[in-house]
Amino acid sequence: MLIDRQDSYNEEGRDQSRFSVRVLVSILFLLLLVLLLAGRMFTLQVGAHEHFTTLSENNRLRIEPIPPTRGLIYDRNGILLAENRPAYQLEVTVEQAGDLELLLERLSGFVELSPAEMDRFRASVRQRRPFQPVLLKSGLDDETVARIAVARHELPGVEIEARPVRHYPQGADFAHVVGYVGRINEQDLRRLDMRNYAGTSHTGKTGVERHYEDVLHGTTGHKQVEVNAQGRVIRELSVVPPVPGQDLFLSIDVGLQRAARDALAPHDGAVVAIDPATGEVLALVSKPGFDPNPFVNGISHRDFSALQSDPHKPLFNRALSGQYPPGSTLKPIVALAGLEENVTTAERRMFATGYYQLPGHERRYRDWRRGGHGWVDMNRAIAVSSDVYFYDLGHKLGIDRMAPMLGAFGVGSRVGIDATGERPGILPSREWKRSVQNLQWFPGETLITAIGQGYMLTTPLQLADVTSTLANRGQRVQTRLVRAIRDGADGEPLAEPLRYLDPVIASDAHWDVIHQALIDAVHARHGTAWGSVGSTSHTYRIAGKTGTAQVFSLAPDQEYDESKLDRRLWDHALFIGYAPAEAPEIAVAVLAEHGGSGGRVAAPIARRVIDAYLTSLGLLAAAEEEP
Amino acid sequence: MISVTGRELTPSQWILRSLRLDGTLLVLIGILLAIGLVVLFSATGESIAALQRQSGRIAVGLFALLLFAQVPVSTLRAWAPWLFLLGLGMLIAVMQVGDIGKGARRWLDLGLIRFQPSEIMKLAMPLMVAWYLSLRNAPPRLLDLLVISVLIVVPVLLVMRQPDLGTALLIGAAGLLVVFLAGLSWRWFLGLGLAIAAAVPLLWSQMHDYQRQRVLTLFNPESDPLGAGYHIIQSKIAIGSGGLYGKGWLNGTQSQLQFLPERSTDFVFAVYAEEFGFVGIAVLLALYFLIVARGLWIAALAQDRFSRLVAGSISLTFAVYMVVNIGMVSGMLPVVGVPLPLVSYGGTSLVTLMVGFGILMGIHSQQRLVNR
Repeated sequence: MLIDRQDSYNEEGRDQSRFSVRVLVSILFLLLLVLLLAGRMFTLQVGAHEHFTTLSENNRLRIEPIPPTRGLIYDRNGILLAENRPAYQLEVTVEQAGDLELLLERLSGFVELSPAEMDRFRASVRQRRPFQPVLLKSGLDDETVARIAVARHELPGVEIEARPVRHYPQGADFAHVVGYVGRINEQDLRRLDMRNYAGTSHTGKTGVERHYEDVLHGTTGHKQVEVNAQGRVIRELSVVPPVPGQDLFLSIDVGLQRAARDALAPHDGAVVAIDPATGEVLALVSKPGFDPNPFVNGISHRDFSALQSDPHKPLFNRALSGQYPPGSTLKPIVALAGLEENVTTAERRMFATGYYQLPGHERRYRDWRRGGHGWVDMNRAIAVSSDVYFYDLGHKLGIDRMAPMLGAFGVGSRVGIDATGERPGILPSREWKRSVQNLQWFPGETLITAIGQGYMLTTPLQLADVTSTLANRGQRVQTRLVRAIRDGADGEPLAEPLRYLDPVIASDAHWDVIHQALIDAVHARHGTAWGSVGSTSHTYRIAGKTGTAQVFSLAPDQEYDESKLDRRLWDHALFIGYAPAEAPEIAVAVLAEHGGSGGRVAAPIARRVIDAYLTSLGLLAAAEEEP
Repeated sequence: MISVTGRELTPSQWILRSLRLDGTLLVLIGILLAIGLVVLFSATGESIAALQRQSGRIAVGLFALLLFAQVPVSTLRAWAPWLFLLGLGMLIAVMQVGDIGKGARRWLDLGLIRFQPSEIMKLAMPLMVAWYLSLRNAPPRLLDLLVISVLIVVPVLLVMRQPDLGTALLIGAAGLLVVFLAGLSWRWFLGLGLAIAAAVPLLWSQMHDYQRQRVLTLFNPESDPLGAGYHIIQSKIAIGSGGLYGKGWLNGTQSQLQFLPERSTDFVFAVYAEEFGFVGIAVLLALYFLIVARGLWIAALAQDRFSRLVAGSISLTFAVYMVVNIGMVSGMLPVVGVPLPLVSYGGTSLVTLMVGFGILMGIHSQQRLVNR
């Protein structure tokens, strides 16, 4: 034991001395390195001082970024949706200006300068490089430009520069699709590669502008310039030109977009139209819109609050972000699930009274129609939109067999559109309820899910996507806004390829049942859209389904009576449909906020949109269009 | 020099002693930090805001130094493996969920604070290797070397993948220096040298394009005056035109006319060299040398193997920092993105360095207590 300790003590001593040797070696080695560095410095600073001083005097090379031109955005027919307009701005080169305060005073005789602009200017003057022009005011009108240009000789160092500024000629109609660009802020800095944004001031903030930022922006170029000893640019030495951003061609048709907007009037709401064959979005309206142009250079606080507090919520993108109960519009999918799961047949008939009760339960689940619909089979149940029939079918199916079919159509997941702001909606299921609310599923919830109420939420975009899948008899194509990308103004637009998704599998006979029922909902005398659409003159047929989305729930003993309710509590009117029924060209979803009845209000809106599109395709003579 | 028995302490000595601080080291660090602020003011275009921000970071750094000086060596030793595992875990996490800044995935966002886990590794690495080697009191053997190789290589590769070549280099150096100080036979270092020479092609294939570009332009900066060579060309001009006495504070044309890129961070040395000349550089180099020498002195006096190895590695890693940065700014080494220690603008490396000095001072106080 004693010897051990002695050994360890000796070992400790040996280690310490070994360590000291290593430390000594390190110090000597470090000294060598420091002398080496000092020697290197001596060579540079004393030996080659003359050489580097000359270089420093003459070396006035500076690299300046050249921002690329942002790509343009067109509609499907080549109408501009986003362009770059030259905007005039006032810049001052301080070195040439002489007395700055005097100059500012003189300038205020030509153009109105706010204290905020002056402050910003003075701050940037301190941060600038020598001979770098500093921005004083942007967005000059032609008259001011002319007045300053005439008086230029009294305003030394003042320049008027034309810089491209993003402009949205379609204004409010496309704000919710194209989105807008804005000044790069702190958050953007974390996301963007600053090397490529050295000369760029704006970036896409929302919509297509944001989603396609990489495509639209392009690559920054740079030029090497020579400056004199004071830093003033003398000449340009070499230029690596920027690569302009690519142009986008949306699948949206400006004409149809406007037609959809007008068809929706006087309601707020959303219309989404898709070409089922390609997944191309033909119209995407969220009403009301807002003018995106003020956002480009920073909207004023007052204007922004006004937009935010507007009760019509113009900034809210109803088509992509609005989540509403789908109501009866999804009954065809529940019916399809019933057929595919062999829970029912198309021929089975039931007597639909005014309410439904779960076996052994007191609660009455009411039909929207007080007296019920009498004897109905599946076709009639869809056409008249019998709630009781679907309560019964939902009960027989159970949520576990209903939810997968809704999920296969895309309910509860994002469509994956190429713009920002899309929300997924909700596909309720046992697992969903457990994970979100940590509660078990009740049988009654299955019933209200079967008629599209309760927890289930969908966006108008999702409904249009579902409609497109119905029109395609299960074939699913990725829904998208951009149909082609063009490389440079003289390039050919390159079509974006279609992408097929997992189809909804069902037998042909079952698709036929659903398809016929959707036609009868519009064109049969008992159909819910007969009065407003089917009974009017037409040369083609629409397959569709009406729906109402409840804004609030009624107690079992309450009656829904529009006349007694505040307009803001009225139900949302819904309609989904595709046409021509036999060879669909267009699938439409309409949401009219607080419109009340889907059949009376929403269906005619869809009809007008479809008319406009079929007319533009030449499938419908203009005279046949409904006035 | 160290023994205090029977000697009267002046009040300042008494304060330093009770705070477990080392006066000599503190004064040297203070001078360096002060020089840093002076250069920074010039390099940022006389920005008061930047000066305030950096002063705030220095305050945080000093607090961290004070805090870590109080940690007993035994605690450090007990925590070493856990700290290492924590650092390793976070390096793996940062690969999965890290935030991207300037094209690299280095940052971990923990809600309240955002930091680089690789910084933890800079200290966890020497602590871990020293902990492992202090389990036995002899020069490392083959098996030890294998274990240590894994300990060093895994974090270094993780940091390289971020990619952050500069930090990977510093972490690797911190570990290797411990092994060197532990008395590893010289033959092994010869072998390692040869192995590195052989591994160069492999390393090359692992490098990102931008890293390769930096190495290539090192040998011929003029080949790419607009791109990667621009840094080196401009910084050499700044240094060389500074001459013997420099152009004077706030008068460096290279920096004031903004020819010099990254002049407040990695290339701050060039600003200093341009404005204060060779005389200024001699002072700076002497200061760095004294700090490292003082650290090694503390290491040599330490009472146990763990303390010795940790103190030695921290001091020498600081030297590596300095040599690599000045070497790259003056065009002798590739531009790998290592800041000039205690001078470059930025908080992350500053705080880590100050924590290291705190540990160093804690070791020193411990040893004084033992001696008493």
